[in-house]
Amino acid sequence: MIVGIALGALLVAAVLVSAIAGQFGVSLTEVVGSLLRSLGIPNGWAPDDPTTEAALWVIRFPRIVMACAVGAALAVAGAVMQAIFGNPLAEPGVVGVSSGAALGAAIAIVGGMLALGEWTIAVLAFAGGLLATLLVYGVSRANGRTEVVTLLLTGIAVNAFGGAGLAFLLFLAGSASREQIVFWQLGSLSGSLWREAAIVAVVAVAGTAVAVALGRRFDILALGERNARHLGIDVERLRFGSIVLVALLTGAAVAFVGIIAFVGLVVPHLMRMILGPSHRALLVASAVGGALLLVVADLLARTLVPGAELPIGLLTSLIGGPFFFVLLWRQRRASGGWA
Amino acid sequence: MGVIRAEAVTVSLGGRAVVREVDLRVESGELLALVGPNGAGKSTLLSALSGERVPDAGRVLVEGRPVDAIDPLELARIRSVLTQDNAVSFPFRVAEVVEMGRSPWARTPGRDRDEQAIRSALERADVVHLADRRFTELSGGERARVSLARVLAQDTPIVLLDEPTAALDLRHQEDVLRIARELVGEGRTVVVVLHDLSLAGAYADRVALLDDGALRALGTPVEVLTEPLVSAVYRLPVEVLVRDSRPLVIPRRHP
Repeated sequence: MIVGIALGALLVAAVLVSAIAGQFGVSLTEVVGSLLRSLGIPNGWAPDDPTTEAALWVIRFPRIVMACAVGAALAVAGAVMQAIFGNPLAEPGVVGVSSGAALGAAIAIVGGMLALGEWTIAVLAFAGGLLATLLVYGVSRANGRTEVVTLLLTGIAVNAFGGAGLAFLLFLAGSASREQIVFWQLGSLSGSLWREAAIVAVVAVAGTAVAVALGRRFDILALGERNARHLGIDVERLRFGSIVLVALLTGAAVAFVGIIAFVGLVVPHLMRMILGPSHRALLVASAVGGALLLVVADLLARTLVPGAELPIGLLTSLIGGPFFFVLLWRQRRASGGWA
Repeated sequence: MGVIRAEAVTVSLGGRAVVREVDLRVESGELLALVGPNGAGKSTLLSALSGERVPDAGRVLVEGRPVDAIDPLELARIRSVLTQDNAVSFPFRVAEVVEMGRSPWARTPGRDRDEQAIRSALERADVVHLADRRFTELSGGERARVSLARVLAQDTPIVLLDEPTAALDLRHQEDVLRIARELVGEGRTVVVVLHDLSLAGAYADRVALLDDGALRALGTPVEVLTEPLVSAVYRLPVEVLVRDSRPLVIPRRHP
């Protein structure tokens, strides 16, 4: 409870700071006033200048909503993935789900496919993510559990294939598509649009709700598949539903902003250290924590280098990489080997 | 009758019949021990009785109904299973692990007994003092007892135990079988896979001796655990001492 309030407060603070900060100066009172006015509460703080209003509502707010939605979706996807793999190192980026989704999206970009309108990229990203998840799941499990080595080796294979596919598409692509694909691989929230952010937000909220509803079952799955089955859990259905959920969350998250790695690894792990492994609390906290992490990361990406913008995927990998090393090292020490 | 009935059950793994045409009835209020050499098919037979493994031929009835026709959640309120795989993926606390045993009773009137069932399970398995510890930090023997507590908390009329004594010291081995006897005393049915023949002889009402997948003998301990039968099945000469009509099986070490 205290953790929840603290995370919520931090998220609100991060959102406000992110709305203020940037090349175009906006004050805190203007942000709050503008938000209040949009809720139908007239007040004196709201900015009169239409440029300020536009900077907030056309550029900053959709971007912040996108950051929250993507962060929550990735963190929840990571936590769900760890639950069904029975392994705290499973993460959409590490095991290649993200690169599967990226490949799907790149095919849509290069092929110029618009069969499903602006949803085409998102749908193909989802399809690519789903295929990659099914592949990893099918290959890397033995006796209802996944060993670290197998998981990581499978991830290497899937990532290599996804990377090769992307390289091939880069080779085929015209310079405009090429730029779009490179942007994809690095990840960026710049230029987020309301309608894109809304799609991701809907998926993130619905996906988190479904995951939380399955929380008790994920707990029991920690006993191993056989024991879960003996406790009346329909393991096959839970597993398949969870894989679709992971692919949907990851696909939606990467569809518009590209690959942002390690969020699904770092956030659930920290939350597990603070709250314990019980999934219902863990999933809710991961959603909020993921949103917080991405809002902060995006803020840094926008402001760290004056006049330029770092790709956000670069930042999360910069933090996530060493973190992953530490986790790996600890797990190795705990199990006395690479099993 | 019989609470659990196996009718000509055959189970094949990789083309080889691991359990062959086993007929078995376990009555309510009975403790049956499944014994036999490694690879005789004890665990496979137990998993067929639990409904986990579907027999290639024959069928298993639980309380008169084919086991595969019972809804998994309802089945989980009828029979509990202690498997040999007792790892837990994340550092849950012992109390949480034991509480998971109550999950089949969620949204049923049985949930009113949750608290009492968990407390009594922790006490019976002698793990009350571990309740706040993380499962992943426990020793092998402690994990085995916590897993047993989880199964006890499930509070089912049928309890299936697959080598529950494997990781335990002498006192806790005796404890587990004493608990099994208490369960039987409450009118429950217990089937337990054991390697220690003297332990089986001391606590079981009946013993089923498996040999290469087939049921070699079924009867009271003194009927089944005889020198010629055990020596033949285990291919090791043994001596059987009978005390208070309970057999003690000792290998002949100095021929």
